[in-house]
Amino acid sequence: MNLLIWLTGGMMLIAAFFAVEARKILDSVIAFSSLSLLSVFLFIIMKAPDVAITEASVGAGLTTAVLLITLFKMGKDDER
Amino acid sequence: MRRFFAILISAAFVYVMLSFITTLEPFGKIDLSRRVSVHYLAKDVNTVDSRKWIEGNLQVPSERRIYGESNLEDGSANVVTSIVVNYRSFDTLGEVTVLLAAAIGVGTILRGSRRMKYRREPNFILKVSTGILLPLILMFGVYIFVHGHLSPGGGFPGGTVIAAAILLLYLSNEEFTLNEGRAKLLEGSMGALYVLVGLIGLLTGGAFLYNFLSTGRVGDLFSAGVVPVVYIIIGLKVGSELSGVISEIHRKGE
Amino acid sequence: MIYVISILLAGIGIYGLLTQKNLFKHLVSLTIIDTAVNLFIIALGYREGDAPIYTDRVMNFSLNFVDPLPQALVLTAIVIGVGVLALGASLLVRIKEKHSSLDLEEMKGVKE
Repeated sequence: MNLLIWLTGGMMLIAAFFAVEARKILDSVIAFSSLSLLSVFLFIIMKAPDVAITEASVGAGLTTAVLLITLFKMGKDDER
Repeated sequence: MRRFFAILISAAFVYVMLSFITTLEPFGKIDLSRRVSVHYLAKDVNTVDSRKWIEGNLQVPSERRIYGESNLEDGSANVVTSIVVNYRSFDTLGEVTVLLAAAIGVGTILRGSRRMKYRREPNFILKVSTGILLPLILMFGVYIFVHGHLSPGGGFPGGTVIAAAILLLYLSNEEFTLNEGRAKLLEGSMGALYVLVGLIGLLTGGAFLYNFLSTGRVGDLFSAGVVPVVYIIIGLKVGSELSGVISEIHRKGE
Repeated sequence: MIYVISILLAGIGIYGLLTQKNLFKHLVSLTIIDTAVNLFIIALGYREGDAPIYTDRVMNFSLNFVDPLPQALVLTAIVIGVGVLALGASLLVRIKEKHSSLDLEEMKGVKE
């Protein structure tokens, strides 16, 4: 159980660092969406089912959709 | 140069917070009988003297049966639901107000009258599977917020699933626009209905947002007083609000 | 421990807020800090027990539950985070229309 927590935490830190330092903005949004998915896993390990359902449907559905539609509206602007 | 100072400030913040961890209780071994959550779990906020429990004079009542009993203090089987809607219901009213302010802000800033199109024809698989999946997703969202007091979930994830169904409609059909007047009408009337439920509680019980319906047996569908009514109101309000936000970010033009 | 993971995530978010020049990365860094703080609050209430729901298998009050109060606080905080993100994204769209660039050093029309 401890090994699982450290493994998930390591993947979350790598995904967060990649989301901050990526060159294209599309890579940053996708890494942020995977960070939200891994935090759902940690919420389930800590026995919190209400919070896990809320974060899963909000992070995977609405946050990613709002960021991607905003990116699409601003035209061809994905370089740094 | 700027990167060096940023790393320095960030490392100083992490060091200060890590040295604060040693003043907390160790992870995974908290003592629940010294916290206020014992009263929420035993459903006894108003009738037991808390100092006697903490000092150890009263025993913790472990053979008290909660599932299946009737006329308890609030009667919902999900303890997180009873905290959000019954014991701290005024904070939920404030949270609903903050969401209303954010949705009004989005509606004021963005402008346009036509719908932004994606400039490519949606896939055949997407169109056919939307026709099959859309009623199932809407029914799943309604199921989550109606059974909020019996199983995990509640009003907030139920509203989010309904907004995700509207997003699916936007993605799979190039001509679909949501009727924004009706969505705003539903949202406003649900918000006013929440305050009305609170005022009825003030008239009949003596406190704002008092639980005035009868609490049946713990575990039934029609139980827990005013809790499922408030969660249905919150579920419809959050669903129509987030659907309005999705419809507003698809606008374009002058 | 999960405390260490969430504090390091907040540190990465603050570093991103201080060094990046594109305004989109600012919005993503703010939401990373938001997720890290939610994780920290729920880790404050964990013990080795069950989820706090009474079913027909856990009928009695037996003090073997996880603390339910932090979960009730985080439940509303997550939905408010989405509302703030939508407001921030709509402000970004209007900034791009007016100054025609989202870079902090190339914005036209802003006095030096």
